[in-house]
Amino acid sequence: MAQAKKDSHYISAKESRRIAAENRKITRAFEKKKARRNVNESEYLTKMADDGNIVEFDNLHTYFYTDVGTVKAVDGITFSIPEGSIVGVVGESGCGKSVTSLSLMQLVQGPAGQIASGSIRFKASDGKVYDVAKMPTAAMNKIRGKEMAMIFQEPMTSLNPVFKIGQQLDEVMLLHTPGATKEQAKARSIEMLGLVGISDGERIYNQFPHELSGGMRQRVMIAMALECNPRLIVADEPTTALDVTIQAQILDLLRDIKTKINGSIMLITHDLGVIAEMADYVVVMYAGRVIEQGTAKEIFDHPMHPYTIGLQKSKPMVNQSVERLYSIPGAVPNPVDLPNYCYFRDRCDRRCPACNGDYPEIRTVAGTHRVACHLYEPEDKGGAK
Amino acid sequence: MIKYIIKRILLSVLILFGVSLIIYVLVRVKPGDNFVRAKYAMQLAQDSTGEVEASVERMENTYGLDVSPVRGYFKWLGNILQGDWGESFIFSVDSGKTEKFYSLTVNGSTEYIKYENASEIPAEATGTIERAVSTKSVIRIIYSKCGVSFVISLIATIFEFVIAIPLGIISATKQYGVLDYSVTVLAMMGISLPTFFLGALMLKIFSIDLGWFPYAGLLDPNSGLPKLVDNIHHLVLPLMTLIILSIGGLMRYTRTNMLEVLNADYIRTARAKGLSERSVIYKHAFRNSLIPIVTMLAGILPGLFGGAMITETVFSIDGIGKAAYKAVVQGDIPFVMAYNMFLSVLTVIGTLFSDLMYAVVDPRVKLGD
Repeated sequence: MAQAKKDSHYISAKESRRIAAENRKITRAFEKKKARRNVNESEYLTKMADDGNIVEFDNLHTYFYTDVGTVKAVDGITFSIPEGSIVGVVGESGCGKSVTSLSLMQLVQGPAGQIASGSIRFKASDGKVYDVAKMPTAAMNKIRGKEMAMIFQEPMTSLNPVFKIGQQLDEVMLLHTPGATKEQAKARSIEMLGLVGISDGERIYNQFPHELSGGMRQRVMIAMALECNPRLIVADEPTTALDVTIQAQILDLLRDIKTKINGSIMLITHDLGVIAEMADYVVVMYAGRVIEQGTAKEIFDHPMHPYTIGLQKSKPMVNQSVERLYSIPGAVPNPVDLPNYCYFRDRCDRRCPACNGDYPEIRTVAGTHRVACHLYEPEDKGGAK
Repeated sequence: MIKYIIKRILLSVLILFGVSLIIYVLVRVKPGDNFVRAKYAMQLAQDSTGEVEASVERMENTYGLDVSPVRGYFKWLGNILQGDWGESFIFSVDSGKTEKFYSLTVNGSTEYIKYENASEIPAEATGTIERAVSTKSVIRIIYSKCGVSFVISLIATIFEFVIAIPLGIISATKQYGVLDYSVTVLAMMGISLPTFFLGALMLKIFSIDLGWFPYAGLLDPNSGLPKLVDNIHHLVLPLMTLIILSIGGLMRYTRTNMLEVLNADYIRTARAKGLSERSVIYKHAFRNSLIPIVTMLAGILPGLFGGAMITETVFSIDGIGKAAYKAVVQGDIPFVMAYNMFLSVLTVIGTLFSDLMYAVVDPRVKLGD
């Protein structure tokens, strides 16, 4: 058994070469498609399923074609971001939450990483609905930074060290506003710096990134994201690299800004505390799939999936004393060859006979609350209930 | 900034002192340290009158070899500090000065005689001519020979940068593409070929077999071409050799730096702003990938003035590289010592220059702390 398990991870050089050659063929086709110019808009214009949403992920698959096999980082996720709301995406490291956000921005690191299938519908401010999964890069560049903006996890390295803060801020406005002058861009940048709580924007404008602290840099990143009044801000673990007091400030700032620009935020984090504080809707991801989603109240008051329950148990509580903090046993399965049964089965403490069957489908249990677990399947399907 | 430069220059003096010590010791301890005696061994053996012995002793005295190494070193250093770098054994160049000779007609033939004092000049001197004076001073030799080398190296370096940096960027942005592989293979071939081999190959193919280019020197009076065109015609092969051999390294270096920069977080930020791939690479990534390339500037200065030893020798170009090669082979110790000191001065200046350039290209670097 141990031998067989070892073998399943072993790949001969010949096999690896074959995979690499196949991957090259696949990724080259994707890259070519993205590099096209003058593509007719009709090819990537689409319609929202629900007009109240700003983003709809529909059965999105984002794969990484590596030499040891295809990593299904995001494997068929479906959820939407309603207009004017904060949607939190939560999960442990490597569950595909960052890749989801990068797919939305079309920033997955190519040529290995590609959106393999599915669609991401995004409603721009002029009412047009774009399918990001089908857009060529040239068209994507027109809405990136303007309609949707991203704040990254690492403020220390996310700003270009050789350009002044001002140059990096101005660039966004000069790029997306035709006819904008340098003076206008500067005024806008300083205004945005003020908006994110930097009072001496004039001075910061002329400084280099290395002269600022991490919290200040994250504020600059937020200011940069706000430069063109985007409708959607994607925040990929915006507070993970910051110390706790700054974390709270940045989160307050994000919430503030959401109301000021009247946009939506997709907030990616592994910190349930942040989600509880910020999000209207919560999406829990595990091994590239959504396993539970619903309003923050539903998820926090009635977590249903054993993984969500486990996550909440592993969060330290201020007013409880515990011998040892709970941790979910085991680890995420190898993303190269995922099993055909529930990915969480081997770590689950509420395993039932149905779990030996196929991967559970995600189904609505109550209102907006959806979960993918055999425990909550109707009995005629062999569920436990 | 000024303070930093002054500090660095003072430090450089210390470094040069160390380098001079090493050079002197290396030359003194090498086999046949008694180089003058070795050089005149044959004459000394046949010496019956003691004349050769006397002249050897005089030479030993001139080069400070008649004293202990420690005293000899300080003597040599003292001479250098006074501007006396010694005289070359094998080279001599036009000193730029002229001497006046007076022509006298003696027994029907004209003789030219030089007089030290004006009072000695006889009345029957019919006229004067000026003759150029040659000098053996190594400093003058280095000075007169490094011009050619500088021009060649400068052209080669410009081509090297103009070709290698864009190639490096392209092969980084199209990593694992056909272009990347072919450029890499060519660059590797360039790196691996020894200079003398490629030079000889070039001569064989393009000069001897095809007869497209001349095979030696810089000028051919019989070519009938204008001087500059003829010079360029002569320089094609050596320049090609130098460029082919040097672009590989710089290209790989640029590629590696570019690949590293392209994976940086701030490049993702630039893409997230909606910048086109072009401005991401040539504005945001390029400035950053320049930072490590600046280190290479340290090596360029000695490369520019120091000459290309092997290439110049293969193509018989009368530059400082060929002179240095000849000096090493023929044991021209004063020249070798002066040439090495010259290279170390250039290296020290080059390093200082590249450190200053660091502060220019990377705002995170602050000089003077």
